[in-house]
Amino acid sequence: MKHLKQLLFFMIALQWTVQVFAESAPVEQGDIYKELIEDGNPAEFREMRGKEVWQQKAGPNNVSLKQCDLGKGPGVIEGAYVELPKYFSDAKKVMDLEQRLIYCKTTIQGLTYEQAISTPLSIAGHASDVEALVSYITAASKGMKMAVKLDHPLEKDAYELGRKLFFYRAGSHDFGCVTCHSNDDKRIRLQSLANLLNPNDAQATYTTWPAYRLSQGEVWSMQHRIIDCLRQQRFPEVTYASDSITALTMFMAKNAEGGIYNAPAIKR
Amino acid sequence: MKKFILVLISAALSVGCASSATDKDYSAQAINLLKSDFKSKGPVTVERILKQDDVQKYCSALEDREGTLDEFAAIRDGQLKTVKYPMKGEYLGDWKEGLKIAGNAKGGQYSDSIGSENGGNCYGCHQLNKEEIAYGTLGPSLYQYGKLRGSSEDIYKYTWAKIYNAQAFVACSNMPRFGHAGILSEQQIKHVMALLLSTDSPVNQ
Repeated sequence: MKHLKQLLFFMIALQWTVQVFAESAPVEQGDIYKELIEDGNPAEFREMRGKEVWQQKAGPNNVSLKQCDLGKGPGVIEGAYVELPKYFSDAKKVMDLEQRLIYCKTTIQGLTYEQAISTPLSIAGHASDVEALVSYITAASKGMKMAVKLDHPLEKDAYELGRKLFFYRAGSHDFGCVTCHSNDDKRIRLQSLANLLNPNDAQATYTTWPAYRLSQGEVWSMQHRIIDCLRQQRFPEVTYASDSITALTMFMAKNAEGGIYNAPAIKR
Repeated sequence: MKKFILVLISAALSVGCASSATDKDYSAQAINLLKSDFKSKGPVTVERILKQDDVQKYCSALEDREGTLDEFAAIRDGQLKTVKYPMKGEYLGDWKEGLKIAGNAKGGQYSDSIGSENGGNCYGCHQLNKEEIAYGTLGPSLYQYGKLRGSSEDIYKYTWAKIYNAQAFVACSNMPRFGHAGILSEQQIKHVMALLLSTDSPVNQ
């Protein structure tokens, strides 16, 4: 309880501090986050909630997700995320973490697809249990090397499709992912942009999602980040946990190969 | 008969998806993903992103090949022809309105309401004046744009065309084609022109 109180106080202090710093020293803000995070990260709340969700019995079959195989064997979460997306022979398909969790909820717990994807994304003040689950599972890969494989032909396909989507420019503004994420040291307004074609940048970016976002007051998963990028790109609304997102995730995760995973993190 | 052909096509597609595809198939498969995974919402339609124009198609393909100088020149020439200049050579509107447009990031996102006025979000990518420090760096600084370039007819014409269709000068530029794509109206472009070129604009102080 004392821990919770400290975190709450910390969150409020952090919100204020970053506001002040963001206005005075925009370029250096990355380092500020790095220093602040050593004191604790509000994402820990979501990780704790995620653990509960993982262990909770649910669905018509009244079983927990502890039998869910994320690629490292049933119930094993350690190191699972740094190897995702990957091909799963039971589903005969390449899946990212969210797709795999839906698969487990429908096959193990007996939920319908609609039930499995209810409230997938947090909005300010309404935290999503799915993003909590993602926080818990990703945290179990902290300190491990990104090691996504392209061994299966369908894994190679997902990577190549992600690449195509990354370079696909269209819509009213001619934007694609490539517009903002293919050059070093650029920013939109004050927000620095990662060059996702540069391995160092790709590693630093991919290994720090999910993140507690101060601007949102919630933890966002990589999935959530991609969905909102596509909105800002002036694309139509992408479907949650769709193969397009898995393909883009595969492209980014592979480009981040060798990076040391270090999330849930904290960001603007 | 039509039905039969459709069945054949979908059968062929599903076979194609089951095995690893060649590079040519990836483009077609990516289009299929866009069709299946994206939904029209607000002012943004799936049809719009599926229907790339020649420039979008060409620039997307630079993923796995280098463009040639001739190809770039052809794009610039073609896009320059799309530029519609203002009537009677009236290029400049009100820089104060231009400043609002430069700071307005709304427009073209599915979270925007249909029919609302678009902004230009110039600050997203460009420095404009000394007062606003929250500017992006995807494009060059435009601070003192007019002061450095003067007010000749040529500069006015070039600047208008650059805002109207940036691809007329840099093939596969990251900058939206504000006039050509209908993001900004002629009147709005005049306001942005004034922001860049008027001697009393904060850009030129």
